[in-house]
Amino acid sequence: MNKTVVDFVWLIPLFPLLGYLITGLLNRKLSKNLAGLVACSALAASFIVALLIFLEENHTRASHTVVLFDWISSGNFHANFSFLVDPLSSIFLMIITGVGFLIHVYSTGYMKDDDGFRRFFSYLNLFIFFMLLLVLGDNYLIMFVGWEGVGLCSYLLIGFWFKNQAYNDAARKAFIMNRIGDLGFLLGIILIFSTFGSITFSEVFKQASGFGSNNTIIVGITLLLFVGAMGKSAQIPLYTWLPDAMAGPTPVSALIHAATMVTAGIYMIARSNVLYSLAPISMEVVAVIGLITALFAASIGIFQNDIKKVLAYSTVSQLGYMFLGLGVGAYTGAVFHVATHAFFKALLFLGSGSVIHAMSGEQDIRRMGGLKKYLPITHATFLIGTIAISGLPPLAGFFSKDEILAHAFGHNKFFWILGIVGSLMTCFYMFRLYYLTFHGKFRGTHDQEHHLHESPNSMTIPLIILAGLAIVGGFMGIPDVFMKDSHWLSHFLSPVVGPSYSGLSESQELTLMMISVALLIIVILATRNIFVTRGAIPAEEDVEISPIKKVVYNKYYVDEIYAATITKPLNWLSHQFNHIVESKLIDGIVNGIGTTVNKASNALRYVQTGHIGFYLFAMVLSIVLMLFVKFF
Amino acid sequence: MITGFLIFWPLLAAFLLLLFKGETVKKAALAFSLIELGVTLAAWFQYNHNPKSDNLNLYFPWIQSLNISFDVNMDGISTLLVFLTSLLVPFIILSSFSKSYKNPQAFYMLILLMQMALVGVFVAMDGFLFYIFWELALLPIYFICLLWGGEGRAKITFKFFIYTLFGSLFMLAALIFLYLHTPGQHSFDIKALTAAGAALPAKAQAVFFWCMFLAFAIKMPVFPFHTWQPDTYVNAPTQGTMLLSGIMLKMGTYGLLRWMLPVVPQALHDWGYVAILLSVISVIYGSMVAIDQKDFKRLIAYSSIAHVGLIAAGIIAFNVQGVQGGIVQMISHGINVVGLFFICDIIASRTGTTEISKLGGIRNVAPVFALLSLIVVLGSVALPLTNGFVGEFLLINGIFQAHAAFAVFAGLTIILGAVYMLRSYQKVMLGEVNSLTQNFTDLTMNEKAVLVPIVLLIIFFGVYPKPLLDLAANDVANLVLKYNIGLIK
Repeated sequence: MNKTVVDFVWLIPLFPLLGYLITGLLNRKLSKNLAGLVACSALAASFIVALLIFLEENHTRASHTVVLFDWISSGNFHANFSFLVDPLSSIFLMIITGVGFLIHVYSTGYMKDDDGFRRFFSYLNLFIFFMLLLVLGDNYLIMFVGWEGVGLCSYLLIGFWFKNQAYNDAARKAFIMNRIGDLGFLLGIILIFSTFGSITFSEVFKQASGFGSNNTIIVGITLLLFVGAMGKSAQIPLYTWLPDAMAGPTPVSALIHAATMVTAGIYMIARSNVLYSLAPISMEVVAVIGLITALFAASIGIFQNDIKKVLAYSTVSQLGYMFLGLGVGAYTGAVFHVATHAFFKALLFLGSGSVIHAMSGEQDIRRMGGLKKYLPITHATFLIGTIAISGLPPLAGFFSKDEILAHAFGHNKFFWILGIVGSLMTCFYMFRLYYLTFHGKFRGTHDQEHHLHESPNSMTIPLIILAGLAIVGGFMGIPDVFMKDSHWLSHFLSPVVGPSYSGLSESQELTLMMISVALLIIVILATRNIFVTRGAIPAEEDVEISPIKKVVYNKYYVDEIYAATITKPLNWLSHQFNHIVESKLIDGIVNGIGTTVNKASNALRYVQTGHIGFYLFAMVLSIVLMLFVKFF
Repeated sequence: MITGFLIFWPLLAAFLLLLFKGETVKKAALAFSLIELGVTLAAWFQYNHNPKSDNLNLYFPWIQSLNISFDVNMDGISTLLVFLTSLLVPFIILSSFSKSYKNPQAFYMLILLMQMALVGVFVAMDGFLFYIFWELALLPIYFICLLWGGEGRAKITFKFFIYTLFGSLFMLAALIFLYLHTPGQHSFDIKALTAAGAALPAKAQAVFFWCMFLAFAIKMPVFPFHTWQPDTYVNAPTQGTMLLSGIMLKMGTYGLLRWMLPVVPQALHDWGYVAILLSVISVIYGSMVAIDQKDFKRLIAYSSIAHVGLIAAGIIAFNVQGVQGGIVQMISHGINVVGLFFICDIIASRTGTTEISKLGGIRNVAPVFALLSLIVVLGSVALPLTNGFVGEFLLINGIFQAHAAFAVFAGLTIILGAVYMLRSYQKVMLGEVNSLTQNFTDLTMNEKAVLVPIVLLIIFFGVYPKPLLDLAANDVANLVLKYNIGLIK
């Protein structure tokens, strides 16, 4: 059999792994430039292989398995270390290596003066390695390896500045919340194994077709997997780690906490679409959780004043849209939104990084304003990102969001209405963010104003490329209403996720689009009126605000509720176990028995005195004697 | 022959140590233990080559009047546990190189004697011989703890000694009970005992089951028989703690697998779930109590209770994944816990404390130490591609197949382990340095010689656990098959 480029898929994760080992092990022996070069080249090399594979897949749309070695085999359980290349994984490979490469390049500028420059790049490479494993695995356990691996890298990178214990707390919170999800995922895998006797995708999906709709076990499996997705993709109730994760360096927020890792949950469900389609109950749960998260997070985003926090809540909200899409059967739409979101959200985060860089570390938009003239490239690209995420045609977000909402309408009109409400909120907080940052008068200190500068090329070029992608990215999925048969993505993914029908007539779809665009324009004008014409600026912390606003501003006190209902009781229980059950109850009984017996016989005490030499001698002698007792 | 060598070489080596003086004692002990490791690997090789080789067993009649024989044999399971012993002892000896214990000759002699007894426990195929080695193993560790331990050692060690001795008396009684049920001349041979056990009525099987379980539960230890453990681990000299937690507690889990569960299948079927329940309680209880610990060494002691609880639960589930997971996890836990206690020891010797709240910022001044420690911690929280994951995944899988609900609770270890390990890692290693940690020096060559191989083993067996899984695959499959066939009858 002839080897094709697909057989070399293992090169894609290998390059970043080598990059990690080189930058990690040599560390200070490498100059910063060289370390950056190694890390970026690793990504570039992976991207080239990924591109070749993608072109091949675009041609064949076939699915290939590449087995590396037998990882865990025990009885009838087998987990190979093997990769699956098909349209779905190849599109994720492109996003991860492509956007990943741009963010690596950007980081060489952004992290230039940081002491931990080399460590940063080694973690980043390691992250890419695990992310690639996640999407390449041909079975659930390899997916789980990547899944937990990216969680580890996220932990390391959130706590990158490890001298700050608040950042370390955020890192730990992210890891533990993810692990709650991971337990669900792990039990899901085990249930899959005990049901199908295999954890390999192809085998599981083949057998699953024999099960009826809403079979209890399939519903159980899909819900357990979704628990994993909730953790990794920050859905209610496991989302609170993601806003805190902004403690990490901004490129990390762009790469891990926006473009790639957090979309793992979407990948997992899209990959398992065969199982989910058999479990409409689970799909309904996915859709409802996604929708609630989308609205909830968007509402929090409206009142946030930290540029990165706004983007973080926006990410949670956009992920909610993706789950809504999955839940209503728009698998292609969800993957489509993963791709466009990767473009515009990476762009927005990197843009915010450029702003923070220029503002000497300031993240509060109340201290910004008027940056348009100081940072022209950042401004232009950020505006593009803002329009794209708001969902205005013809930028990328419009197409993917529209596809999800059209399917939502076909599924349940009420979902569509709520989806539109969320998208209007998105539009509002994004333009609020944009206007407060780039328009009006500068509100920072004199010192900051003095230092304002556009970022270096290493940072602006990735911004420009991402802006380009945010503009044209949507054309990979043009709906039929505009042009027949030009939804390339749907065509491309159909071997994996099946064809995609929203069930809407063309006129219906067009009407819905027009309604949503009209509403968006009204919101933008209103936002402009508030923040530019009237020049409103959000209140300072000490200003009294209305109770409802206060609840939202404080993120509905969810963190406080978790602390009171989970963390505190856990610590209390642990304390009670340690101080009462352990020392008083159990050991008390043991010691009580001991004392009683001790009183009865003091004879044994002689063993506590004497000489080591004697003990040793006695012991060895008795061993020898016992072993040779047969001669006596 | 090889098996005989593996038992008697440490005994001989202990005597040979008398020829060395001062600093050379350590080096000689290390060299002797490395020879043992080399021969163990040869045995492994031999087993792979021909599992039935005569080289792997040794038999001679011992107390003929009672039909007791010196019968040792290495099958896959035994080979793995002997490997664990021979692998860890050199690390344990090497970890003491920066210390100067009083009476070094006696100290290292005791370690080697301990090794002899441990190997004996893992290869004995005669019930009486097993019991003898089991008790022999207690003596050296008792003296190590008593003579080189910390403050208040006399009381703590005494409790440990009496508690475990108490447990093993039940084991002796159970073995004799079974011996008396063997046909004709009576025999302690494992095959004869197993046949006799299976033929017992259900009630008698249950009595045997619980007597043996008591002995093993104390040794491991499993809730609620664990209260001797934290004090002993904290108080013993580091090498003693490593011997106890790295190897000795596996006597308990091994005992379950070899001398208890296959012997009384009916009792396993009737009572297994209670024993699993206790083990799962250990997992959660150990983790919960670990969360509240102020001292890092004590925290690890409790985490060990949680980990061993999971191993026990998986083995008692008695299906292929559970048992194999248990065996792999015995090896992994041994490697990881020795690493963790060594980390504690390094911290204690540099700062004079292992109290978590007094430490912090070590990563700023000792980055290599912090990195290697992180990998050990990750192995301990079972991150995939570390050795801990392979075992824990198979264990939870095995428990799930036996009792799905228990698996959910046992699985909480995934979360709780991360809670206490990452919290303590953060408090000890991260943040700003303080007056205690500001002069913390990074690892010395000797320390690296212990931690680097441990870290490499953690990753190696995480990525490629196949050698461990394959070695015992046949034996485990046979044990489980026999059990299932027995039940059908």
